[in-house]
Amino acid sequence: MSRPLLYLSYKQDSALLNTPGKRFWTSVLGILAVSLPFLLTDDLLVVLATACVASIGAIGLNLVTGYAGQVSLGHAFFLAIGAYTAAALSGDPDSTRLIGFGITSVPIWLLAAGLVAGLAGLIVAPLAARLRGLYLAVVTLGLVFIGEHVFKHWRDLTGGVGVGRPAAVPELFGIQFAVDGAMFTKAQKLYLLMLVLLVIFGVLARNLVRSRIGRALAAVRDRDLAAEVIGVDVTRYKMIAFAVSSFYAGVAGALLYVMIGFVEPGSFNLGMSVQYIAMVLIGGVATISGSVLGALFITLLPRITRELPAVLPFISSSSAAGGITVFQVETILYGLLIIAFLIFEPRGLFGIWIRLRTYWKSWPFSH
Amino acid sequence: MNEFVATVVRGLGNGSIYALLALGFVIVYKSMRVISFAQPAFMMAGALLTGYLVLSMNFFVAVGVALLLTGLLGAGVERLALRPMIGKPVFVIAIITLGVDIVIRTVVNSFIGLDIRQMGDPWGLRQVDVLGAKIDQRHLATLVTTLIVVAALFAFYRWSRTGLAMRAASSDQEVALAQGVSVGRVFSLSWALAAALAGLAGVFLSTGIGLEQNLWLTALKALPVIILGGLDSLGGAVVAGLTVGVIEALVGSYGDNLHPVFGGDFFLVVPYLLMLLVLLVRPYGLFGTGEVERI
Repeated sequence: MSRPLLYLSYKQDSALLNTPGKRFWTSVLGILAVSLPFLLTDDLLVVLATACVASIGAIGLNLVTGYAGQVSLGHAFFLAIGAYTAAALSGDPDSTRLIGFGITSVPIWLLAAGLVAGLAGLIVAPLAARLRGLYLAVVTLGLVFIGEHVFKHWRDLTGGVGVGRPAAVPELFGIQFAVDGAMFTKAQKLYLLMLVLLVIFGVLARNLVRSRIGRALAAVRDRDLAAEVIGVDVTRYKMIAFAVSSFYAGVAGALLYVMIGFVEPGSFNLGMSVQYIAMVLIGGVATISGSVLGALFITLLPRITRELPAVLPFISSSSAAGGITVFQVETILYGLLIIAFLIFEPRGLFGIWIRLRTYWKSWPFSH
Repeated sequence: MNEFVATVVRGLGNGSIYALLALGFVIVYKSMRVISFAQPAFMMAGALLTGYLVLSMNFFVAVGVALLLTGLLGAGVERLALRPMIGKPVFVIAIITLGVDIVIRTVVNSFIGLDIRQMGDPWGLRQVDVLGAKIDQRHLATLVTTLIVVAALFAFYRWSRTGLAMRAASSDQEVALAQGVSVGRVFSLSWALAAALAGLAGVFLSTGIGLEQNLWLTALKALPVIILGGLDSLGGAVVAGLTVGVIEALVGSYGDNLHPVFGGDFFLVVPYLLMLLVLLVRPYGLFGTGEVERI
């Protein structure tokens, strides 16, 4: 009882919060996250809420790419399916232009978005399970292009290019999240909603990867032939990985446009897939907390670069003024960060955290 | 009939561009086992350099100089961003090339600006009559140049000492190293070749219509092409490139008879659908070598 780091069973060792340090800091982080709406301004809260949603998507991609080792560049496709399922379900049923069913309850359209995207993942999975490595990457990339084409032309569902449609309407127990209320502003309510959802989906994913399924996925990733020999049904677990990952993507897609309130079919492109890949790689492959860190980092990056013109006068904030614009700096920085992280810190932000932790744990000794 | 001939030639012209790009992908893949997603950036860089150089010199000289510079850029990128990653998982290296693509393309785009930049090529949008069909000169020029380049490339791989070294390094790096092949130089050369080929594709792509920022999306069509032809087959890249070009052009010309549910620009996704269909039957493409693994 008195020795907190002495594990007597595998169950203890693989528990969610297996050290007192983790328990303490997780509760501190939890309290901080809940108190943020009262400390920060609304525009920052919207960015943070977006980061929470992106985290859900990144966790999904990390499940299939990080844990199961199946490289997917098709995440944007599944995000799109989720976004449009949710938008259509909660859309205005009287609209003559767009499909809408008027179901605005969050749990219903959220689950539906996840399930439809998961189903799409299951349909793709048999083909994907036959392919390996970069063949798979290019095929999933093909999905993005085919999806983009379909979404651009299916005007009843998506509103068409340049027009778009309103995103899903978040409503729960009679509370409208997307409008300012008497007690809370829109941003505060949305942030809290996304935070709660992130915690739910994060814990679910964490539980999944420390179960039998998670170990099977890791075996498939490390060497699929060997996994098959020791009795892991490779095709089945690849299909599970794709379905669960797509479910998460669908959920993230449904929520992603709630903040902006608007979905445009052209946004689900290769760039979006790359963004999620970047989140996973910069955050840390095969870690849930890493996915969250990476999503935070990538989502906050534009917000940080927007502050640059004040510090560095040669960067202009509009494209009309000539010189280097903020957007160019942002894109270049984004590309360079991907390269630099992969070369210098392949384990991503999570790896840096592990190094810091080990340093302080063993201080003043170097090992 | 005339329309058919014109369509096929247009398809062959576009297909040659895909073939050039696909050859670059395959060359890099053969040497490093990595798909280089930086090809679109090199394509744009090559076209942009030509667009600038052509202001002060003959078009053909400008293309030559531009391709040389693009090749150097490719080799430089390999040395800086990819050499440190040797031995790392291929997926990680592929994502690095994605990062390289983003960086180079942003720089190139800032030079292109919002205007359309002309190549100053001798063909423009002029047409010739072949068998009664009106054919763009630039498509013919693309096709002929591609055939010459492909023939030269195959001869280089087949008969030159460097080509032999490259083939050796591609089949087994360690054994090649033991035989005195400098694998690092093979990497550099592969990247330079791939970048120059992409640059050439970029020049031909922007003849006539001019260079603009969205043109890079065309380079991504080489991806279904290399998957169709097989990632490690040079011949496959050429055959698949021309095939995809022709099929795309045919669907573009005669696709109006299709059901409206497919959408007006259905031909844009035809390469990807074709890729999915072929992969259902042959997971390693038409000419690719299957993986043999021991347990």
